[in-house]
Amino acid sequence: MFLLLLPLIVVVLIVLWVVGVYNRLIFLRNQTTNGWRQIDVQLKRRHDLIPNLVNTVKGVMEFERDTLTQVVEARARAVTATGPADAARKEGELSQALGRLFALAENYPQLHANENVKMLQEELSSTENKIGFARQFYNDIATKYNISQQTFPANMIASSFGFKPAELFEITDEADRAVPTVDLSMRK
Amino acid sequence: MNLLEQQAKNRRRTWMVMIVFIALLFFLGYGVDLFYLGTDIPVAGFFAFAIGGVSALASYYSGDRAVLASSHAVPIGEVLTRTSEEDVRLKLTQVENVVEEMAIAAGLPKPNVYVIGDTDPNAFATGRDPGHASIAVTQGLLDALNREELQGVVAHEMSHVRNYDIRLMTVVAALVGAIMLLSDWATRGMRWGGLGGGSRRSGSRDRGGGGAVALVFLVLWIVGIILAPIIGQALAMLVSRRREYLADASGAELTRNPLALAKALEKIEFAADPTESIKRGTASLCIADPLGRKAGLREGFLADLFATHPPMVKRIAALRDMAYAH
Repeated sequence: MFLLLLPLIVVVLIVLWVVGVYNRLIFLRNQTTNGWRQIDVQLKRRHDLIPNLVNTVKGVMEFERDTLTQVVEARARAVTATGPADAARKEGELSQALGRLFALAENYPQLHANENVKMLQEELSSTENKIGFARQFYNDIATKYNISQQTFPANMIASSFGFKPAELFEITDEADRAVPTVDLSMRK
Repeated sequence: MNLLEQQAKNRRRTWMVMIVFIALLFFLGYGVDLFYLGTDIPVAGFFAFAIGGVSALASYYSGDRAVLASSHAVPIGEVLTRTSEEDVRLKLTQVENVVEEMAIAAGLPKPNVYVIGDTDPNAFATGRDPGHASIAVTQGLLDALNREELQGVVAHEMSHVRNYDIRLMTVVAALVGAIMLLSDWATRGMRWGGLGGGSRRSGSRDRGGGGAVALVFLVLWIVGIILAPIIGQALAMLVSRRREYLADASGAELTRNPLALAKALEKIEFAADPTESIKRGTASLCIADPLGRKAGLREGFLADLFATHPPMVKRIAALRDMAYAH
């Protein structure tokens, strides 16, 4: 009797295990999609804030036309980005352009006295932070999702149900990644 | 201990606290039955049981509102519409942004933000789960800290939200308040009812037969009434101390910036005046002891036993260790 039941028990256990792994993968996939959507929301918010900022500082920062155009162009490129890798590169460029703008704005005391500019600057730097934290969360959860797809024996289920690894939101720009070279030899 | 274990533990402990509370109330009510009423059916016992059940449910579902109301916390939106001063508005916008940033970092919905009009820097989180959570900061905290430090404090509170500390601590805070109120009534009732209750008490003892057993129960009952607030207080302390280290650590994990929280704690400790708006029962919820006891200066077993918070010096040292800043 027991020998007859044994295969049945084994089959039931295997089915339960497959269901468990499958559900966990689905849960992680939803979390990953959710995390990506969160980044997207914040990126969109930054795109909306930038024209405001540019219009507010345009009058005062007349002599920084180049930097302002760079910000506007970087924004235009970032809006059309597709997929995490492309977005990461273009948004990285936009962040750099914005950083330059903020650094130059330090030279204009009349901007610091302007409440409107202060509020906009707070909103923009908060949005930068939100993008950073959303990326942190997305990369953590996407890594977890990828690991649970690739480890044995769950990988057999992941591949047979067609789960695909999630793309990480990483810095792909060579300029961002390059280690600064420091020359201390004091040569002329 | 990972996050899921912490959450499970907090859920379990909340249940335990509520069950112990209801049992304690039933015990106290049953005493009234035995020594005052002397009826066969434990009327007061059932009554007390019902009160216990209702207050446990109330503490679970609206303990956060009670805690916020008792510390005069105002929703940040109301404060924003009331003030026209640009600098204040900027600071309020900043704290709201910081809360949203930390919610994103933790992958949780954004909690409600409240401001307490107190000049001492302090903050707490309350609620029953991440979907029903609130974070309250004092005006003094907004004035004393810069953006980064504020982020550290909010991250600390967000970790309390994420690991369900808020559920346990809110239920404990609300029930400790209820116990204090009830034991106050009971001791007053004993003083009044002591005279008239004498004859009934002897009657019940005759019927029960076991005089010694009733006497033991009477002693236990009186001890219970006297000890209830102390037990409640000790429970609240036990619940909160180790959690602070844990929340410091997971808060630093959210911001990846332990030094900012260390600096914030230094500033908070330096300004350790009593936070007058925050009531005693709420103490264990706060980021720093609102009673203004300089925990860092007091050492020894008794000081350790009755502190709601670990010594600030130790917390700051632990955070600096995380940043290799020694």
